Amino acid sequence: MLKGKVHKYGADVDTDAILPGQYLNLTTMEELTRYCMEDADPEFLKKVRPGDIMMATTNFGCGSSREHAPMAIKGSGISCVIAQNFARIFFRNAINIGLPLLECEEVVAKTESGDTLEIDLSGGTIKNLTKSLTFAVSSYPGFMAELITAGGLIEYTRQRLESRRV
Amino acid sequence: MNLTEKILAAHADKTAVSPGEFINARVDMILVNDVTAPISIREFRRIGVSKVFDPRKIVMVPDHFTPNKDTISAENAKQMREFALEQGTLYFEVGQMCGIEHVLLPEQGLVLPGELIIGADSHTCTYGALGAFSTGMGSTDIAAAMATGDTWLKVPPTIKLVYRGNLGTWVGGKDLILYTIGRIGMDGARYSAMEFVGEAIEALSIEGRFTMANMAVEAGAKAGLFRVDNKTQLYIKSRERHAYNVYESDTDAEYARIIEYDISGMEPQVALPGSPANARPVSEVGDVAINQAVIGSCTNGRLEDLQLAAQILKGKKVHSEVRCLVFPGTQQVYLDALNLGLVEIFIEAGAAVSTPTCGPCAGLHMGILAEGERCISTTNRNFVGRMGSPKSEVYLSSPAVAAASAVVGRIVSPEEVSG
Ligand code: SF4
Repeated sequence: MLKGKVHKYGADVDTDAILPGQYLNLTTMEELTRYCMEDADPEFLKKVRPGDIMMATTNFGCGSSREHAPMAIKGSGISCVIAQNFARIFFRNAINIGLPLLECEEVVAKTESGDTLEIDLSGGTIKNLTKSLTFAVSSYPGFMAELITAGGLIEYTRQRLESRRV
Repeated sequence: MNLTEKILAAHADKTAVSPGEFINARVDMILVNDVTAPISIREFRRIGVSKVFDPRKIVMVPDHFTPNKDTISAENAKQMREFALEQGTLYFEVGQMCGIEHVLLPEQGLVLPGELIIGADSHTCTYGALGAFSTGMGSTDIAAAMATGDTWLKVPPTIKLVYRGNLGTWVGGKDLILYTIGRIGMDGARYSAMEFVGEAIEALSIEGRFTMANMAVEAGAKAGLFRVDNKTQLYIKSRERHAYNVYESDTDAEYARIIEYDISGMEPQVALPGSPANARPVSEVGDVAINQAVIGSCTNGRLEDLQLAAQILKGKKVHSEVRCLVFPGTQQVYLDALNLGLVEIFIEAGAAVSTPTCGPCAGLHMGILAEGERCISTTNRNFVGRMGSPKSEVYLSSPAVAAASAVVGRIVSPEEVSG
């Protein structure tokens, strides 16, 4: 169960805005976190608390393939990103590194910055505690669920290669 | 099936695939660069295998922060160099026929029609110009593929874009793709493959097709593909390093959407700051003074691009208040430009010619913008802060428009300069 306050953004938040190019020579989550959302929301790091939830409308994470962007978001303590939809590379990257993403138009439409959400990832529900609303989210398609259960792509690949060797 | 479906089916050992289906597909080439390699290498080590699946199918290109701008970047490049050496992968050293990855790989014949190529860089989609299915991923995806030689993919729906009419003077691939993104938006092709066809595409040079495929990701696409024709064959002929297959869309292939444009009379396009989708005809840009003009990058750093710019700059001077920076895409492009006298034209016009690097394109080094500065650039992204200060602005255009604007000091049509 995840629970936290919502930080909501608009459409087409690109990976340059999440993690500007000049910091791409950094490679650890700890270092990258210091610059999270620098161009999109300079106040973000002051506001965010562990467990908080990031929200956006459409095409979140478009642009560069930099995994540095979801790493910085994960490092900042964000427990889940909810959007109407995501750019495809960002989606893969986040799932691969274990940052949960949810696509749900309704919850985005009815939630504001500062609302508190409670998310049951396995049960497929999101509760807006501030507004006393409950939403259902569809589960990940079969293959992706396997990936998440394995604990990310690296674990999944390790298991796959091990089973090949047996 | 369409082109995308045929390539994906062949790489998943299936007779047919359809949009939405998850497949596991073999890859023909894997690309990483000095920005994405350190994380890829770290994650690769975590998998617990000691060797990559096939070193001849992995290529490592130091191009983003190179020649290294500081010690941190130097450490990253060193890590990649050492890993390439340890594993025996393909590697191009700075200065040694290296260059910007997406100009370099096709030039070196490492990516060919019908292939499935993945790279830890979003503009890996560039190779669609040669009739390949190529797409960008993150570092972790690449780490897994380096170990296994395959990757998971969801078969995308395909949008067919048909371009009718004749290309005007000074109108090329950059204008067509900016125009397209301007119409369908930054998520107009989200999660889809784009297939570019029509008489204007047939008339377009290979260079122009690379430019278009390069920016497919700016419309959210997974890939942007072109049919293999005589021009493709001619380009590949002297370069190919291995055998390849050519696939073609069936006449009854299915598409999620078909979009048609008549581009007769189309003007050169410029994308205003903030998004590549802010495209409009150059005559509607208004009076915009610039501080810098950047000509180059994986979008427009090929020989034809430099020839276009040189055509405009020949015998003219860059405006006294403008810094004009020319970045050839690769050492080969640089050498050709030198032999053809283009470098001389640039230098005499007052432009700085740099060694190939990503440099200014992503605000990494060389040509960073200060607060309040404006740049016209032949690159592919003009997001807030892309080239430096979040309070600077980037306008996107073709090399012809960028060069003409460098001369006049504000954004103008090439016609204004060429007379
Ligand atoms: S030139 Fe720019 S867009 Fe192309 S690979 Fe380099 S940083 Fe990326």
